Amino acid sequence: MTMKTLRKASEPLLFVLPCLAILGIFVYYPLVQNFIYSFFRFSAFSPEKIFVGVQNYANLLKDTIVVTALRNNLRYAIISVLCQVCFGLVLAAILEDRSFRRVSPLFRTMFFLPVLISISVICLLFSFIYRPMDGLLNSFLQFIGLGSLARPWLGSAKTAIFATIAVSQWQSTGYVMMLFIVAIQKIPDELYEAAEIDGANKMQRFFVITLPQVREMFFVTSLITVTGSFMVFNEPYILTQGGGPGTSSITIAVHMYQSGFFKDMMGYASTIAVVIFLISVFLGLIQLATFRSGED
Amino acid sequence: MRNAASPRLRRDSIGFAQLPVLLILLLGLAIIAYPLFWICMSSLKTTQEISISMWSLPRILQFQNYVDAWKMGISGYFLNSLIVTVSTIIGVLLFASLCAYGLSRFRTHWLKYALIFVMGGMMLNPQVCLIPLYGLLTKLGLRNTYFAMIIPYIAFRLPLTTLLIRSFFLAVPKEIQESATLDGCTNLQIYAKLFVPMSRPILSTAAILTAYYAWNEFLFAIIFIDSNKYRTIPAGLMSFRDALQVNWGPLIAGMVIASLPLILLFVMAQKQFIRGMTEGSVKG
Repeated sequence: MTMKTLRKASEPLLFVLPCLAILGIFVYYPLVQNFIYSFFRFSAFSPEKIFVGVQNYANLLKDTIVVTALRNNLRYAIISVLCQVCFGLVLAAILEDRSFRRVSPLFRTMFFLPVLISISVICLLFSFIYRPMDGLLNSFLQFIGLGSLARPWLGSAKTAIFATIAVSQWQSTGYVMMLFIVAIQKIPDELYEAAEIDGANKMQRFFVITLPQVREMFFVTSLITVTGSFMVFNEPYILTQGGGPGTSSITIAVHMYQSGFFKDMMGYASTIAVVIFLISVFLGLIQLATFRSGED
Repeated sequence: MRNAASPRLRRDSIGFAQLPVLLILLLGLAIIAYPLFWICMSSLKTTQEISISMWSLPRILQFQNYVDAWKMGISGYFLNSLIVTVSTIIGVLLFASLCAYGLSRFRTHWLKYALIFVMGGMMLNPQVCLIPLYGLLTKLGLRNTYFAMIIPYIAFRLPLTTLLIRSFFLAVPKEIQESATLDGCTNLQIYAKLFVPMSRPILSTAAILTAYYAWNEFLFAIIFIDSNKYRTIPAGLMSFRDALQVNWGPLIAGMVIASLPLILLFVMAQKQFIRGMTEGSVKG
């Protein structure tokens, strides 16, 4: 009898155990280890670890590259929210408008296509677009008579980060647009009809109905884009060979990668990972709180 | 069905007032579509044509670029991507659906902590675990194998997928399970014979989302794999570029090959793709 109750009590365990074990070993355990590592100095190639206390954290506070990186992440976040979220919403509202109903499937699909393409393909493509002498962008500028604007987009410390950010906007605006399209499609038609009877024009309908109705999606997409902006790694890693020229387009994730795998300061890289962790938990908690509130 | 005589029709078509907006849309379309068209077009040009006349159409379609790209290494990367993606999908679906069943169909008190454990996993980004994971995989002898990608991919996709499937399972009426229990079915049978077949829509959504992630994943693929033998396509393209130097024709053809599977998947399952992305975003 007791055997049976024990078996009954442990039954759910059999179902959840594989999943929890994988999460425990490959997500949570590395997370804890990362905190421990941040107090040590060690190399990727030797098992020896030297305890250095808070030395890594002290170095972190003095590290000017961290400031540059976080500033770039912040630029990423601001531009991404403006371009992907705000412009994405406007695009979605236009494409869901009755006037554009016939052409909207074409636009929708085209704008969404870059989302499907691997980031390395996109970065290789943009390395052709940004080529200093014969790239598509500079030769186009010359063609329309704006040759004076042409410059080595990725090769100049002033423009490299913005050229990198632009690639992300090119790829991801369609994703956020699609999320807004789905949200707008869920708005009951009656609301628009009622507003139309009241004589509201398109602009008014957007501000009075669409905007309040997609409020939650607006918040969610803003958080996704901001979180993504603080985690960004691939674009600077590929496009500017890890944040160049110098460290002008470095981001915090690239800085972590370079400290760990390039300069072989694994302990210090773990300390930078703690910073990334704190940022992502902060943003994640906001998201969790709003998700909860969205339920009731 | 629209009535041709109805006044609605006028509002449905694009009139003079919509012209400025339409122009902006077309400009956006050009910015997105031209580079995509450029890749396809350039993949059929000789390297010389690409560098000298970037804008013009190919004189003779160079399908040879695709053959070259395939032979020069893309085939291996493609196969690796396929192996890693399919294994990740199988692993994620299996472990997530089992866990979702456990979390949604039992009333044991500690399960709520298990749920928090799973939800917490969604907040953790791969970047944060990168360095310890590198050490862990090395210690386990998994670095430079397919498992160095498959296992972390499964681990980082499990939280979201489990929660998606769980919310689907929660909506299944209790009576179904009760009557099956009366018929003498064990929970494992109920899971395998009732819940899995019933939840095919959410499972395929989850499979598409996982495929999207695993096919394009770059960070782990580039750091946990040193050997060209196990590189997946996103990471492989980087070494392909370095190996080809200025031989652009095959490189661009390789870029097209890398992009095709997901575009095909999107064309075939557009609705599920978009639904998955929306649900994934709201919950992730």
